Amino acid sequence: MNNLAAPIAGVRDLVKIFPVKSDSGGAPLQLHAVNQVGFDISAGETLGLVGESGSGKSTIGRLLVGLIPPTRGHVELFGEAITGKDGARHLSNVRRRLQFVFQDPYGSLNPRMRVDDCIAEPLDIAGSVSRKERADRIIELLEIVGLPRSCGDRYPHEFSGGQRQRIGIARALALRPEFIVCDEPVSALDVSMQAQIVNLLLDLQEKFGLSYLFIAHDLAVVRSIARRVAVMYAGSIVEQGPRGDIYRAPKHPYTQALLDAVPRPDPERQRKPTLGGEIPSILNPLPGCAFAMRCPLATDRCRNERPMPREVGSAHLVACHLA
Amino acid sequence: MQLNPRQRYRLLRKLARHRSFRIGFFIVAILVLAAVLAPLIAQYDPIAMRIRFRFRPPQAAFPFGTDQFGRDVFSRVVYGTRLSLWIGLATALASGVFGAFLGVLSAQYRRFDALLMRVMDALMAVPAILLAIGLTAALGPHTSSVIIALSVAYIPRTARIVRGSALVTRELEFIEAARVAGASGLRIMLKHLLPNAMGPLLVQSTFVFAYAILAEAALSFLGVGPSPPTPSWGNIISEGRDHSVQAWWIMLFPGIAISLATLGMNLLGDGLRDVLDPRLKVET
Repeated sequence: MNNLAAPIAGVRDLVKIFPVKSDSGGAPLQLHAVNQVGFDISAGETLGLVGESGSGKSTIGRLLVGLIPPTRGHVELFGEAITGKDGARHLSNVRRRLQFVFQDPYGSLNPRMRVDDCIAEPLDIAGSVSRKERADRIIELLEIVGLPRSCGDRYPHEFSGGQRQRIGIARALALRPEFIVCDEPVSALDVSMQAQIVNLLLDLQEKFGLSYLFIAHDLAVVRSIARRVAVMYAGSIVEQGPRGDIYRAPKHPYTQALLDAVPRPDPERQRKPTLGGEIPSILNPLPGCAFAMRCPLATDRCRNERPMPREVGSAHLVACHLA
Repeated sequence: MQLNPRQRYRLLRKLARHRSFRIGFFIVAILVLAAVLAPLIAQYDPIAMRIRFRFRPPQAAFPFGTDQFGRDVFSRVVYGTRLSLWIGLATALASGVFGAFLGVLSAQYRRFDALLMRVMDALMAVPAILLAIGLTAALGPHTSSVIIALSVAYIPRTARIVRGSALVTRELEFIEAARVAGASGLRIMLKHLLPNAMGPLLVQSTFVFAYAILAEAALSFLGVGPSPPTPSWGNIISEGRDHSVQAWWIMLFPGIAISLATLGMNLLGDGLRDVLDPRLKVET
């Protein structure tokens, strides 16, 4: 990386394997949800993480905030290693500085808790706020996310999906975090609401100097919010780099296929054939490139040797033998 | 349950429209009134014997007749309401509190779960009434031992129901949100899992209430309930058993009272279940 500033989040060789019971009742199968992933996020930056469902993007988000432990690899937040020997202690040191915004605006708020209690939950857990400070902070947070201050004494079910997502963002902001993992925060919303939430997240970033890991499956949404983009396929990051490079000159065949699949309002334009096949099984994966079986350019080398990320431009990494 | 005024109003309106809830509520209200106002309603001392008046059939002076000691069956049934409702309420509360605690605990701590649920399975393998007979026999014929025995017998069922509900809740994202913020296991159990299990818990508790009334009658009938001459419905039936041919009224009226109380609580519980379940139904 060319960035000299110390990264807020650094991930190296991250692996997460979920054991899955096999149907035949034999030894448990290994589901490689995340396979040797590495990236950095620097202060004030947004990294967009795109991929199909099941590609492991949400697992990365959860690994990054310590919700689930990794099988192997390192996660460093604010210079503290939250994996390994003293991981738990280091995680509690930095806990106040990171937060999470969830995908499902219905499941992410406790239906039995009033909105003000939902928002103030991180404050209550962290402790050490007076009743007055708590009440003031709730009003402040509601205003920040653009909700009327009267919302506090109502219950989540009285709000629409977009409003609930705002409540979820207010909760994430309660402790003035520096880094927020947004796990598909807009994919459950309709398009007009998506734009509002994306704009809100951009405003908040500017106002508070936040860094985001923005997880999404929608390339257009990621393009509008992330300056750097990482593309995931079957548990691996196949390509990452500056937004301009990824969208204008994608190097990995998967990224190319993904961008080609975006419909464009141009009747003259010839569409390339779309990608055949399906995302491969990540249960006990084969050696070689995960994309090889769908790749139009695949060679024997691709099928036998796993490509490692290589730098092909300024901060532009591609995991492909052919790029 | 934590509800805001609007939700509460909506819930109450739905309950008020629910026919079986209304009938159940009416029956239970009458029983509660009878229990509270027992000294005013009953003309006679439920324990005092008047041998001169033994085995009087139902008549104006003794609406439910008298028993072999000349005691007024009506007064005894009315006073028995107190005991039956108290046993029902205490059992429902005790098994509700402990069942909820154990259920939430085993949903939160999966390792504890394996152990606890096997214990619960073992308890459930024994019929509740048999378990209660054994326990009351061991603890002695007091009201409190009946309550303890019945609570122990009904805890496993309640724990299972709360556990099931909490297992669903703990997969929801707001639990992860709390964990990201550093919430302790205790906080997650009390603030998130328990409140979201209140609906099924409440419904289950009304059924336990009804079972406990029935079970108390069975225990008294078998002679391991509150000791005579305490006027409990089961005791009255038990004492009337030997004279059932010549004085059918001694057994009939407490029998009707037991049926009514059980029916009332069950109807009440059915209504609550219909209105509260599915638990997370979004009303817009």
